[in-house]
Amino acid sequence: MIKLNIQKTLTAASGKMNLHVKTTIEKYSLVTLYGKSGAGKTSCLRIIAGLLTPDSGSIEVDGKLWTHIDNNINLPPQKRNIGFVFQDYALFPNMTVAENLRFALNKNQDKKIIHELIEIFELGDLQFKKPETLSGGQKQRVALARSLVQKPSILMLDEPLSALDYEIRHKLQHYILQVHKEYKLTTILISHDISEILRMSDKVIELNQGKVVKQGTPDTVFNYKEFSGNIQLTGIVIAIQKQDFLYILTLQIGKDIVKVVANENEGENLFIGDTVILASQAFNPVIHKIG
Amino acid sequence: MIDWEPLILTFKLATITTALLLLIAIPLAYKLAYSTSKLKPFIEALVSMPIVLPPTVIGFYLLVVFSPSSTFGNWLNQSVGLRLIFSFEGLVVASIIYSLPFMVHPIQSGFSNISTSLSEASYVLGKSKIRTLFYVLLPNIKTSILTGIVLSFAHTIGEFGVVLMIGGNIPGKTKVASIAIYDEVESLNYATANTYSLILFAITFSILVIVYLINGGYLKPLNK
Repeated sequence: MIKLNIQKTLTAASGKMNLHVKTTIEKYSLVTLYGKSGAGKTSCLRIIAGLLTPDSGSIEVDGKLWTHIDNNINLPPQKRNIGFVFQDYALFPNMTVAENLRFALNKNQDKKIIHELIEIFELGDLQFKKPETLSGGQKQRVALARSLVQKPSILMLDEPLSALDYEIRHKLQHYILQVHKEYKLTTILISHDISEILRMSDKVIELNQGKVVKQGTPDTVFNYKEFSGNIQLTGIVIAIQKQDFLYILTLQIGKDIVKVVANENEGENLFIGDTVILASQAFNPVIHKIG
Repeated sequence: MIDWEPLILTFKLATITTALLLLIAIPLAYKLAYSTSKLKPFIEALVSMPIVLPPTVIGFYLLVVFSPSSTFGNWLNQSVGLRLIFSFEGLVVASIIYSLPFMVHPIQSGFSNISTSLSEASYVLGKSKIRTLFYVLLPNIKTSILTGIVLSFAHTIGEFGVVLMIGGNIPGKTKVASIAIYDEVESLNYATANTYSLILFAITFSILVIVYLINGGYLKPLNK
């Protein structure tokens, strides 16, 4: 279990912000940090990883103190045994895929893990390639594999999927869930995508202006239970049209565009870019096989 | 037939200077690139001084400091038996100071341009700073290091004022090619001066062309 209570003054574009996060993360759970850009998610992750030193507070992992500012304890990232996947993947350009993985090995560590990871992430064909020749999704797989070489107990991912298109994203979500279970990891990831969070996370911590505003299961954080519809989809509002006393909303759900009708009350409170849940109650779907 | 000694001396000086500079500049550039110290601007300014100061100023101060009649010069002479005035060793020390910015600047900007997530990724993987420097950072700034090496080498070849001030004109010891050219012109031996000049011109030109070829990506294999 991770017990986190950290505080740091951050200088952001909008001025100074006080990051204060107090929470606990259960062992073997998958937790998502959620919130607007600039809410302090990445800084929070970097503090847990030891890449950023908090001004005060403590981090306790499985009874061991990683950070305790008052007692001058702050383990360097080298000593925390974590896996970290950076937003820009941070693959070493001078090394091939296999060399990137081998560099991650500990002294005297069995090389078997490299073959195992190459297998899991289907990197066989890519192992002799340099990172610059890989696509975004491939780089992400290599970064994920590399972060697991040392068999960390905690895996952290900084917006691992935001730069990828829908299908690759789906596949990578699957990979993450698979290794999360297989290697008994405690996984902390940053995501903006509510449907992704609902699918993957055990717990969501929502940050706003550096503070925890909500935390709990995705259901409670996103008020998901309020809707007892037979089908529930999350989407983003991409257009709002007013017609007489009705609103026509254009939503992007996954990779599909859907037009739906909303009443005046619903329509007035919506803006382009809002994330919404589309639920239908009296439900009689037509299913048509296309492939 | 011309006397080859000044040319040989020039390249010996440039090679030794460049090799020592590389050893000094990598840690210095690393510190400057990643430091947030308030002293950093002052050290950066000091490193860059040889670019703006007339070489004679540097030569003059080195002369004052290293002269056996000064405290430091006297101490050097007494304790290690090193005389840096009018000696080849003195030229090496002067050249290192004089060419320092040409080695430090490219390497420092190489370090600064590398995404910090690369070294952070290495730290998270449990690798020490030294290991990260040699296996992650340096291999990825090869072109910057090469630029530094070549510029310092070429710049040392082109040295004149500093050498004249502190080295003088001792054949086989401090009479490098640039001094020899000046000497020949003074004695109205234009033909010899021309030969020296042409050789220097051709060599430095080729060196610079190679750098621009590599940095422009024309020689792919070296650019990886």
